[in-house]
Amino acid sequence: MTGKIVLGALAPHPPHLVYAENPPQNEPKAEGGWETLRWGYDKLRASLAKLDYDVIIVLSPHWRTYVGTHVLAHPHFKGLSVDPVFPHLFRYNYDLKVDVALAEALNAEAQKTGYPMKLMKNPDYRIDYGTIVSCHLANPKWDKPIVAISSHSSSAYFSPDVMQEEMLALAKITRAAIEKSGKKVVLLASNSLSHRHFTKEPPLPEDMSHEHIYNHSQYLWDMKLIELFKAGKSKEVFQLMPDFTEQAIGETDSGALSWLLATMNFPTKPAEVHAYGTVIGTGNAIVEWSLT
Amino acid sequence: MSAQNLVVKSFVLPGLPQPLLTPKANAGYARLRDAFEKVRAEIEASGADVILIYSTMWPSVLGHQVQCRELLEWTHVDEEFHDLGSIPYKLKMDGALGRAIVKNGEKRGLHMRPVDYHGFPVDTGSVVALKLINPDNRIPAVVLSSNMYADRAETVVLGKATLDALKEQNKKAVAIVISTLSNRLHQTFLDPKDDKIHSLKDQEWNLKMIEFFEKGRLEDLSQLSRQIQKEARVKKVNNFKPLWWLSTVSGPHNRYKGEVLAYEPVCGTGSAVVSLVPTEFASRDLEFDEDSPEVFAGERNVLGPSLNETRGMNSQTLNAGLEDEGLE
Repeated sequence: MTGKIVLGALAPHPPHLVYAENPPQNEPKAEGGWETLRWGYDKLRASLAKLDYDVIIVLSPHWRTYVGTHVLAHPHFKGLSVDPVFPHLFRYNYDLKVDVALAEALNAEAQKTGYPMKLMKNPDYRIDYGTIVSCHLANPKWDKPIVAISSHSSSAYFSPDVMQEEMLALAKITRAAIEKSGKKVVLLASNSLSHRHFTKEPPLPEDMSHEHIYNHSQYLWDMKLIELFKAGKSKEVFQLMPDFTEQAIGETDSGALSWLLATMNFPTKPAEVHAYGTVIGTGNAIVEWSLT
Repeated sequence: MSAQNLVVKSFVLPGLPQPLLTPKANAGYARLRDAFEKVRAEIEASGADVILIYSTMWPSVLGHQVQCRELLEWTHVDEEFHDLGSIPYKLKMDGALGRAIVKNGEKRGLHMRPVDYHGFPVDTGSVVALKLINPDNRIPAVVLSSNMYADRAETVVLGKATLDALKEQNKKAVAIVISTLSNRLHQTFLDPKDDKIHSLKDQEWNLKMIEFFEKGRLEDLSQLSRQIQKEARVKKVNNFKPLWWLSTVSGPHNRYKGEVLAYEPVCGTGSAVVSLVPTEFASRDLEFDEDSPEVFAGERNVLGPSLNETRGMNSQTLNAGLEDEGLE
C-alpha cells in the first residue's frame, strides 16, 4: 500500500502553552493563560483523535543546524528538556519513540538526490523544545512515534529565497519516503507566524492583561496569511513566504511552514484555522489541513 | 584593588567541539587543542579567582542571562556535531558573583536574569572551553549569555556591571569570550582532513583581526565590530558583540601584549585562540570614535510617531518626538 499524508498542521511551539496546561511532565505550574490557543489545540487533538495514523513528522525551528539537515534516528529518547529562554516555564520530562525506519527512508531519499542530510543516532542527545512542545500539544499521550527534522539555517545563511528552494527539495524527499513507507502520516510545522516578541515579561508570565501582538504590521501580515489559508491558497502563501519572513520577522525562516505546504503538494482545499493568538507578542495560528 | 587589575588576562576561544572530541581528525584541530592547553597553563599561573565567560553560543532574548547554579552537571551533545560523541561534564560556577553581576546590571538599567536550574542547556562553547582550560574545576566560572537584540550600549554596560561585581567581591578574574572570528560553517558534510576557511573573504578578514590582536589593539578591534559583522559573520544576531564586552572588562584601550596561539579552520569557521595580557606599551589608538555609556537608558524610539515634525527637529533626546507629551 502506498503511504500518504492524512493531515498537516501548523502547530506552533510556545512553551507557555504547555506551562499553562500543567501536564505532569512539566515541573513549573501555572494559573492558566493563552486559552484561545490552547482551545485551538483542543480542536486539533479532536481531529487527530478521529484519524487513523501511524507516525508524526515534525520540523522544528529550535533544532537549528547549519551543516545540512538532520533527522532523529534513535528508537527511544528519555530526558529533561529545559527551555534556554524560558527555563522558569518549561522543564519537561519527555519519553518518546522515533520511527527509525521512516527516518532512514527519508535519509535514503535524500542521499539519492544529493541533498545534505545526516541521521542523529546519539542516544544522549537532548530533544529540542520546539519538537517536544508541538508534539505534546498535538498528542499529549505520546502514543505515536515521531520523526523529527532539523531546520537548516539557509534563510539566515543565504536568504529566504534559498530556503524556499531547499524546502521544495526536502518536501519531495519527504513525500517519496512517506509513499514508499506505506504509512499514514501526520505532518507538523512547529513555528509561529510573526515572531518579533517582547524582551521583558510580566512578573506573572500568565497575566493575560499584558498579552498582545508586538505591533500592528505583524498582525496585518498574520491575517493576510490566515486569509489565504482559509481560501485554500497555499501556493500563494508559499510565494509570499520570503516577503512575510523578512517583513513580519517570521519564524517561517525555519522553513517549517514552506516544507509543510510543499510536502502536502499545496492543498487547494480551505484550511481550518482553529485559533490565532499571541504569546509574548508573537503571532501564532493553529491551522489544520485534513487530507483524508 | 583598582579597576585596572581586576581582569588579569583575557582570551578569545572558539567554541566548536572538534578540538575536544576529535583533535586527531585534523592537524589544525590538534594545534587548537595545544593552544587550549597553553591557555589552561596561563590561567593556572594567573592567580585569578574566577573565570568570566561571555559566550556567543548562548543566545538569550529576554535580556542577559547569567549562570548562577553552583554545580552544572549533565551529558552534553552538540546539536550539529552529535556524531563526534557525548560530553559529560561537571562545571563549578561562582553563583555569588553571578548574582552580583545580575544585581549590578539591573542597577545600570539592564534586563538581567539569573539562571539556576538543573538541566539547563549550557552551550557547547562554554562546555568545550571549560573542559579544556579548567578540567579540574580549580577555578569557578561565571557564564554570561549574549543577548541577541543587544547592541553596543547594552553590551558595554554589561561589561561595566561585570566589573562592579568583581570590585564588590574583591575578586581577580580572567575574561574569556567564546567566539569564532568568521562564523560561516560549510553547508555540506566535509571530511575533517579537508577542512578550510569557508571563503577567501572570510580568510582575509580573519587575518586582519589577527593582525590587530597581535598588536594588542583590543579597543580598536572592538570599535570595528560593526564592520566585522557586515563582512565576516552570518547575520544570526544583530551585531558582533563579544569584543565590546571583552574590551570593557579588560580595559577599553590598546595596551595589551597580544598573542595568537592558534588560528585554524573548524568546519569552515575561523577558529583562533588569542591571549591578551595588559602591558604598559600602547599601540596607536586609531579607531576610537564610539562613546562609553555608564547606564542603559533603553531603546531609542526611532520608529515612534514623529510628533515633533511640526515643531522642528530635536534629535538630542532618547525618545525623539515624545518628550513633550509625557510619553517617555
